[in-house]
Amino acid sequence: MSATPNGNIDGKSLVGEELGGYRMHLMLCAGTGCVSGGSYKIKDALGRELAKHNLTNEVAVIMTGCNGFCAQGPVMVVQPDEIFYQFLTEKDIAHLVEEHMLKGRPVKKLMYTPPAEKTAVPKMSEIGFFQKQRLLALRNRGLIDPEVIEEYIARDGYKALAKVLTEMKPEEVIQETIASGLRGRGGGGFPTGVKWKACREAPGEPKYIVCNADEGDPGAYMDRSIIEGDPHSVLEGMTIAAYAIGSNKGYIYIRHEYPLALERLKKAITDAREYGLLGKNIFDRGFDFDVSIHQGAGAFVCGEETGLIASLEGRVGEPRPKYVFPAEKGLYGKPTIINNVETFVNVPAIILRGSQWFTTIGTGDVTDNPWGGSKGTKVFSLVGKVHNTGLVEVPMGITLREIIFDIGGGIPNGKKFKAVQTGGPSGGVIPESLLDLPVDFDQLIKVGSMMGSGGMIVMDEDDCMVDIARYFIDFLSSESCGKCVPCREGLTQMSSILNDICKGEAEEGTVELLGELANTMKECSLCALGGTAPNPVLSTLRYFRDEYDAHVKHKKCPAGVCKELITYYIDPEKCNGCMLCARECPQDAIEGEKKKLHTIKPDLCIKCGICRDVCNQDAVFVR
Amino acid sequence: MPKLKIEDLDKIVQRQKKTTSLRDGAGRVKITVHMGTCGISAGARNIMAEVMRCVDESGASDIIVTTTGCAGLCSREPMMTVEVVEQAPVKYVDLDKKKVSEIFDEHIMKGNVVEGYALAIGSERTS
Repeated sequence: MSATPNGNIDGKSLVGEELGGYRMHLMLCAGTGCVSGGSYKIKDALGRELAKHNLTNEVAVIMTGCNGFCAQGPVMVVQPDEIFYQFLTEKDIAHLVEEHMLKGRPVKKLMYTPPAEKTAVPKMSEIGFFQKQRLLALRNRGLIDPEVIEEYIARDGYKALAKVLTEMKPEEVIQETIASGLRGRGGGGFPTGVKWKACREAPGEPKYIVCNADEGDPGAYMDRSIIEGDPHSVLEGMTIAAYAIGSNKGYIYIRHEYPLALERLKKAITDAREYGLLGKNIFDRGFDFDVSIHQGAGAFVCGEETGLIASLEGRVGEPRPKYVFPAEKGLYGKPTIINNVETFVNVPAIILRGSQWFTTIGTGDVTDNPWGGSKGTKVFSLVGKVHNTGLVEVPMGITLREIIFDIGGGIPNGKKFKAVQTGGPSGGVIPESLLDLPVDFDQLIKVGSMMGSGGMIVMDEDDCMVDIARYFIDFLSSESCGKCVPCREGLTQMSSILNDICKGEAEEGTVELLGELANTMKECSLCALGGTAPNPVLSTLRYFRDEYDAHVKHKKCPAGVCKELITYYIDPEKCNGCMLCARECPQDAIEGEKKKLHTIKPDLCIKCGICRDVCNQDAVFVR
Repeated sequence: MPKLKIEDLDKIVQRQKKTTSLRDGAGRVKITVHMGTCGISAGARNIMAEVMRCVDESGASDIIVTTTGCAGLCSREPMMTVEVVEQAPVKYVDLDKKKVSEIFDEHIMKGNVVEGYALAIGSERTS
């Protein structure tokens, strides 16, 4: 086995035996977030500095997948000591290499400091953000170089595949998956094993496996991160699923907007083929399977199963009614399994460690009923008004409060928490009173939201809930495929009503009309996009009705967001006449002399908020 | 490119073990070379190179090699600390390549502290 598919770092081959010679591994994050923050520049700088100190043979730089703590990027973990560095820049590197890599003195000022404390925390496992997480789907994140197949294998990669091919019948694989209680991570929460069973039993050949990597929710990047950080786990999961249902052909439907994920996936497929882990007669067990990549053009509706199938077949991405499920008639009219990236990634872990183990994590009881609980973990992309934005994987049943405050570090700038939006654009908002809600598929639906694919957007007191609903409805309105009337017209009308409300042009009774429209859409839309699209409206109406009333009846925006309903003022008590706001105002709408009170001319003001942002005295306010 | 057989998976796991154990932070022995300015000028870089050579030669995958700053006894540099799991750390002083290789064979591979080169056993009080 001399010619293995090598990883390549600075022209140096990185196969096992050679990597063993290093005493220190610098696990530098090469997820999209950190790459845009400059990880490759840092890599070059590390290369230069390590060479300068003659350390190239002792210290290896490994580019890993997303580490999850994107807010602090670019980040790097130094092993074996697990020292966590953040916000790295090129100019830090010379000092860092000399101090830590050469002299063994970790550099405190580059470490993470928790929001409430003053001392830096050196070890990754001591950082709150990582502490409460439990990594199943992301089990290899930051620990392997995603471009080196041997590193995946070293962490028990492809062992689950070997196990099913040698020890298990396809039916046993399905039974194990059902017993584990694994439910679809793309949002639907349908029991994965039950779907596989239906597909295996459905008449028709060939059968297809499709990996849905068309992640369309704004602010969500779970799937991208998994593929970037651990592409082989997706391939292994797909291959096991293919064996279970009796398929020899898989497709990965991935967004065109994910170039790095695409590149790593291609490399992974090439390497897996070279090792015979994809292709004919895998492990000499008489089972064939291979995958092709299909790039989507980024339509939100193509994340819907039947829309995705249409797009894969080369037609316009429009859903069809699901009287017959894709598991029976899917791609090219043949039985097809479509699972989300995260679902596939869980499969090898379940096969290796057993369904029994998997059911110990999560909520409910799935012994007799696969819908009886939510087992395992869920990956969320935690974004919005939280200290630690990033990718988090938590056991099902953890409370929202733990995710937002313990892992997320709470709300920045001393602001008050208002709501959290889960489930992407067609999910719903959850208010403060429900912060102790255990997060699982069924609980989220009960309170009017949903799990979705795992977007989690935190909002504080400065966010207007009507404006939030308007934003999501506008998004969905432009993403609606237009095939069915309730969704197409319903969203257009909802969008226009919400825009009226935000402008203060809505009449009494508008809110009731909005509610009625939302319920009709929910009942009558063709696919999941239309059926869940009213959620942002329904959930904000449910929990924040008073904000709607303030906009309609009193023409006020309590959060001070809707421009037509607010006016900027300068507090005469606080203004010290520093002239900063007057200089920064793009409209020259602020007048006042040095050390004298400034005033805003309402007719010129465009309410951009720059004056409020620049004021050192907190003198600018909105009413 | 040969196709993998199932038993090849374990071979790759073994081959990669040095990599994985380093990242898991799990080792049987941790060797710390003191790399303060004093250590480096007394030749700690050569000590490190020798340690790395010994580890490589032994083929062991459960030894973690790391560096730290000045141990506070600059006159006795180069120094290194050897910590075997569940045993008190041992500090070796006035090292050269020959001593390192001897310590490696005796202490790290066979478990016998080389008393002649050791300064002390145990750590300083920190509380």
